[in-house]
Amino acid sequence: MYRYDEFDHQLVADRVIQFRGQVERRVSGALTEDQFKPLRLMNGVYLQLHAYMLRVAIPYGTLRSEQMRMLAHIARKYDRGYGHFTTRQNIQYNWPALDKIPDLLDELATAEMHAIQTSGNCIRNVTSDQYAGAIADELEDPRIISEIIRQWSTFHPEFTYLPRKFKIAVTGHENDRAAIKLHDIGIVVKQNSAGEIGYEVHVGGGQGRTPFVAKKMTDFVPKEKLLAYLEAVMRVYNMLGRRDNSYKARIKILVHETGQEEMQRLVEAEFAKIDASEMLTVPQEEIDRISAYFAPPAFETLPAESETFTQAQVDDANFARFVRANVVAHKQAGYAIVNISLKPIGGVPGDATDTQMDVIADLAENHSLDEVRVTHEQNLVLPHVKLDDVKAVYDALAAHELATANLGLISDQIACPGLDYCNLANARSIPLAQEISERFADLDRQYDIGELKIKISGCINACGHHHVGHIGILGVDKKGTEFYQISLGGAADENAAIGQITGRAFTEEDIVDAIETVVTTYTDLRADDERFIDTYNRLGMAPFKERLYD
Amino acid sequence: MAQHAAKGARFQAVTANRLSDGEVVYWSDDNRWVEGFTKAEIADGADAADALLARAMPADFEAHVLEPYLFEVLEDGSFYKPASVRETIRAAGPTVRLDLGKQAGA
Repeated sequence: MYRYDEFDHQLVADRVIQFRGQVERRVSGALTEDQFKPLRLMNGVYLQLHAYMLRVAIPYGTLRSEQMRMLAHIARKYDRGYGHFTTRQNIQYNWPALDKIPDLLDELATAEMHAIQTSGNCIRNVTSDQYAGAIADELEDPRIISEIIRQWSTFHPEFTYLPRKFKIAVTGHENDRAAIKLHDIGIVVKQNSAGEIGYEVHVGGGQGRTPFVAKKMTDFVPKEKLLAYLEAVMRVYNMLGRRDNSYKARIKILVHETGQEEMQRLVEAEFAKIDASEMLTVPQEEIDRISAYFAPPAFETLPAESETFTQAQVDDANFARFVRANVVAHKQAGYAIVNISLKPIGGVPGDATDTQMDVIADLAENHSLDEVRVTHEQNLVLPHVKLDDVKAVYDALAAHELATANLGLISDQIACPGLDYCNLANARSIPLAQEISERFADLDRQYDIGELKIKISGCINACGHHHVGHIGILGVDKKGTEFYQISLGGAADENAAIGQITGRAFTEEDIVDAIETVVTTYTDLRADDERFIDTYNRLGMAPFKERLYD
Repeated sequence: MAQHAAKGARFQAVTANRLSDGEVVYWSDDNRWVEGFTKAEIADGADAADALLARAMPADFEAHVLEPYLFEVLEDGSFYKPASVRETIRAAGPTVRLDLGKQAGA
């Protein structure tokens, strides 16, 4: 894993000192809120309904155990004993006092963490595949180029005041677990006919009030030239992106209004200029230096099968269910990827207590080669667990309500904080997620329904990714009362699609029944083992709409 | 930011967030910011609401609070309550964590 060098340490330390002074000047009255707001946002500090909220960056969703322990410590000392893992692989704290945040950031820095690039109109924290370095299908660990992008983008003077925020995601293979086509820039690691590793680049994806799937800009950029290509995209956006209307300022609007071909031409022209200068050609020794941080950990040579693992599934039906739903094959013989669902039945999606974070840190240290991952679906992952150890890990998780065997199932929902916390929300998201998970609590029923991704947002900003849910739910406000609009057919994977709205919105009292109607329509009409999304794509909206509104 | 000073609202109060910790506060009838909604001054009519907001925003208000605004309240017997779900949640705390927010100490 990447470790800070002297420059990283100095940069983060200087930033904390700078922010401490800004907070002191705000509290003393030397700065107005208009002056201070952009400064606090550049340090991840928002004002929400009940308190300030601090968003801490977790670059490409990767944590060491000591970092997870620090997150637990922050939750305990500066917050109310919990944190909320987000769809951008970050963590949010809901209750920090403004005047304590500089001390919080000081402590965070001791674990090589910060809140930079988690807010404001800059290039945000780079996200990636939670199975990076552990899954067999990747061409290259996507965290290598993610870290190179992080170093290029952090405090990049040309891109500190962009028209709007800018999000980049990277996947190591075409099987996309990072929702890259819903990002301003989505990057896919590719291999060309000569066997060289490079990158396919998609531009202009995003959600919010105007959702778009990203358009492919280029099939292949050589590894050493990717930063030059990204700089070209950013320059075109910085020059032509709208600054007169924040609703039209994202690059997705520019790509849509400019057209894919013209956008490609503009980017290629800019790329040619930057490339000719060679200023952004990444030296091979630097690529090698960063790659070394992500070299495979010290795996033991083990047999592919584990009798201990197999027998434990025979002896414990609940463990067998956990394996079926939450455990994924590892590229290394004798190891497994263990997913930790943060979606207990009736729980708050993405929330973890300080105690749970400490437990996960211990499990990572003792059983996962010191690594934890955060997923954009608001779960956690122990990426490198020996098959022989999976049962012990499961037992420890189960003792702390972390062993719900529902990954990818109907109760594994994404939900934004919604009106329970968020200043922008129109409706609550979390209670709805809780009611849905309780309605479908029976795991046998969940397995029968199969893969089904419900995503809930409390407003059109779509932090809960409702546009790309197989079933999306959007909370709307009608004269101070909550209503919920359903969309169907969205997808966030390599077949990314924007869902279509079914029709009029449902009341708070009716929405869970409506979701059940959608699900039973699917189970009545599916063919054999067809997934929900495949049934929807085969039959379209009509049968669902008919049952919802007749 | 969504606000709920609905047109035609008869009763309104003023709320903000405290600068130091973001706590939800209300302008009270003894001309100070308080944490409890029950102590909020209620304005009857649009003119009274405008006057209330003006009193809550003296020249130095930014040294104490962020973004004061009017919101609609409704009569509830001999009491008042926020009209919107949003302001009800601000006055109490998250509906999914009854152990947190103002409701926790109630």
